[in-house]
Amino acid sequence: MATTALPLEKTTHATHEMSFVRKYIFSTDHKIIGIQFLLMSFVFLLFGGLMAMMMRWQLGFPDQPLPAGQLLPETMAPGGFLLPEFYNSLVTMHGTIMVFFAIMPLLVGVFGNFLIPLKIGAPDMAFPRLNMASFWIALTAGILIMAGFFVEGGAAGAGWTSYAPLSASPEWTGVVGGQQLWLVSLAVVGLASILGATNYITTVVNLRAPGMTWFRLPLSIWALFVTAILVLLAIPILSGAAIMLFFDQTIGTHFFDPTDGGQPLMWQHLFWYFGHPEVYILILPAMGFVSDIIANASRKPVFGYHSMVYALISIAFLGWIVWGHHMFMSGMNPTLGMAFMMSTMIIAVPSAIKVFNWMGTMWRGNIMFHVPMLHSVAFVSMFVIGGLSGVFMASPPVDIYFHDTYFIVAHLHYVLFGGSLFAIFGAVTFWYPKMFGKLMNPLLGKIHFWLTFVFYNLTFFPMHNLGVGGHMRRIYDPSQYEFLQPLAPLNTFITVSALLLFAAQIPFAVNFIMSWFNGEEAGENPWNDNGLEWIVPSPAPHGNFAEVPIVYRGPYEFSSPLVEEDFLPQTRKLDSDTEPAAASAAE
Amino acid sequence: MSWILPPSASTFASDIDFLYYVILWITGIAFVIVEVGLVVFIVKYRARPGRKAEYIQGSTKAEVIWTAIPAVTVVVIGLMSGGVWNDVKGRNSVPAGAIPYGVHAQQFEWQISYRGPDGQLGTGDDFTVRNQLHIPVNQPVVMRLTAEDVIHSLFIPAFRVKQDAMPGMTIDVWFEATQVGEFEIACAELCGIGHTTMGATVTVHTADDYQRWLADRVAAADR
Repeated sequence: MATTALPLEKTTHATHEMSFVRKYIFSTDHKIIGIQFLLMSFVFLLFGGLMAMMMRWQLGFPDQPLPAGQLLPETMAPGGFLLPEFYNSLVTMHGTIMVFFAIMPLLVGVFGNFLIPLKIGAPDMAFPRLNMASFWIALTAGILIMAGFFVEGGAAGAGWTSYAPLSASPEWTGVVGGQQLWLVSLAVVGLASILGATNYITTVVNLRAPGMTWFRLPLSIWALFVTAILVLLAIPILSGAAIMLFFDQTIGTHFFDPTDGGQPLMWQHLFWYFGHPEVYILILPAMGFVSDIIANASRKPVFGYHSMVYALISIAFLGWIVWGHHMFMSGMNPTLGMAFMMSTMIIAVPSAIKVFNWMGTMWRGNIMFHVPMLHSVAFVSMFVIGGLSGVFMASPPVDIYFHDTYFIVAHLHYVLFGGSLFAIFGAVTFWYPKMFGKLMNPLLGKIHFWLTFVFYNLTFFPMHNLGVGGHMRRIYDPSQYEFLQPLAPLNTFITVSALLLFAAQIPFAVNFIMSWFNGEEAGENPWNDNGLEWIVPSPAPHGNFAEVPIVYRGPYEFSSPLVEEDFLPQTRKLDSDTEPAAASAAE
Repeated sequence: MSWILPPSASTFASDIDFLYYVILWITGIAFVIVEVGLVVFIVKYRARPGRKAEYIQGSTKAEVIWTAIPAVTVVVIGLMSGGVWNDVKGRNSVPAGAIPYGVHAQQFEWQISYRGPDGQLGTGDDFTVRNQLHIPVNQPVVMRLTAEDVIHSLFIPAFRVKQDAMPGMTIDVWFEATQVGEFEIACAELCGIGHTTMGATVTVHTADDYQRWLADRVAAADR
């Protein structure tokens, strides 16, 4: 199909005056909405992190009261000692908050919003009002889920996977309203995701600038586009399952209750049929950002651009047929387990293709180590660990031992923290100038990177060894078991590292806030990049482009022999270039 | 910080452990290749003044190589895993003549039922012991695993045994202990407030000891 750009309110955007409220609060500007998501997600990232710190304290120093734990009410931590029910709430809420209110909005809400129109040459999203609604709905859901801590019985405590029948009845969890708030919140945040995804897909399909063909799209946009399709197809499954479970809890249905004809395994099938695509929703955009950043820093085209796109698409497709690997031990038919094992093994292939292509991009490059690149290299090296550790659990016999142990906790944090969060730090630093017009301080950035990289690994790498020792996840007091007692010093070590990892985020917070006020002026194109967002002023103005940009090439023409400089913007017309058909038709 | 699995004490444990070490070696080698490669590239291709990166778009040959090698490797791991999986958990894997036990999981304990004098499980003369499984050594046994309330997971680390207990289902879990002694049972699935306390013990007896223990219990049950 032809690529077209709508001449959407091109002139009016820049001229009309808006009130503060319309401009910064109930804004329909994709960039403001992106920044709103950014601030919201950072707050939830902080909440999720604090919950992790409390859990780690319990595991590392079970005999000592939590510092400042006396501030918590008696129902959570009498005398500063965590109650097991509060621990279960922390386990549940840490996972849920990080997945749905930190990592997912950071990747999809922030950068989907901020980058898509800018990078494809559109003035805004296809549906700006839906976009605004998406943010406010997501924030409402966030408030609802946090409200769980303030209701009787505490916050949800059945794990972020919320397996029925445990999650279906207060009789089993001891949690009353919290469990229901959890379900309502997920159904509500799902609506925000569906609205967002619809918007992203429509925008990428319809609003690309003239000459921005599919294979000239940056990999970040490919990744966000593929992710939006996953969101649109996966989230409704979760919403449906959440509503069924909510009915089981409230109006006496028995979808998941075996005593009345229900089937607990069905929850797991529904949850993981959503949940495994969700895993890729949480990593594909990160892969896209890192591809952009590594090419920029290496001053080289992305190695194997087409295979990168096909690898993205195959991961997204295979992501739909691997969900059963979460259920090898569930009592699911073991023959079915074999099928899920093979599909899971195969998904390692496109993941490996991506890793080797990132390395290929760096090969014979001229690599600048700006802060976004440090985070991107860390992403690649950590994602490799997370990918390789996945092979252990993909093998069902080995999974017999590792299922529900800390080996999984290590694995998922290598993907979601070592992978996604490092990519997020890199992407925030990379696009901060376009958001705020200022550069983040590189020295503080490097301090933050190195402290995070070191303490991250000291926190999560030893969790593999806990898993090898058989340490179960989600247990409140490992000292109950004799075979876990030799692992106690390792648990303490991990806790100390985790506390330092948490403290290591202070330089980032300081940098983020201070640079907003005092940062160095960025200019249009501080990283000498080729993307469309770098031809507009920083911060990008309302309406983005003064005139519709025309695209002549892909986004990764670094060190091209055609020009003197080592970059060649997508919009720069060389003598050899011809006008794209759509642009000449539009004239 | 050990990568060595704890000592094992069941027949199929060595197959599982072998697979683990195979995967540990393969992933270990892949890990070293990639991480060393990254470090070499970082050092060798770092920016220097007056130098320009080489304008390279990609290489089909390289793509084919690094698609094929991981593909073959994971398929081989898959095939090896499939065999062991079938032996341990396959539909027809429970050895004929395995001694049956009832294991009923509930918040927060394991109710373990033994056959009474009639030699049948599930009859009136069965007796039940809380949190204690007694089995003979070198003899296949099969747990008929059920759950009362929520999902629990029967985890016996030393035997490399794990199986969720699913309300509404009866799942057979077999194993054969190869060593006499006491081993721990844990619950591996979050099952509520007391999850962490849901431990139990397996005592593996010699055949003679086991018969004596059984006779004592049956006598006690009669009284």
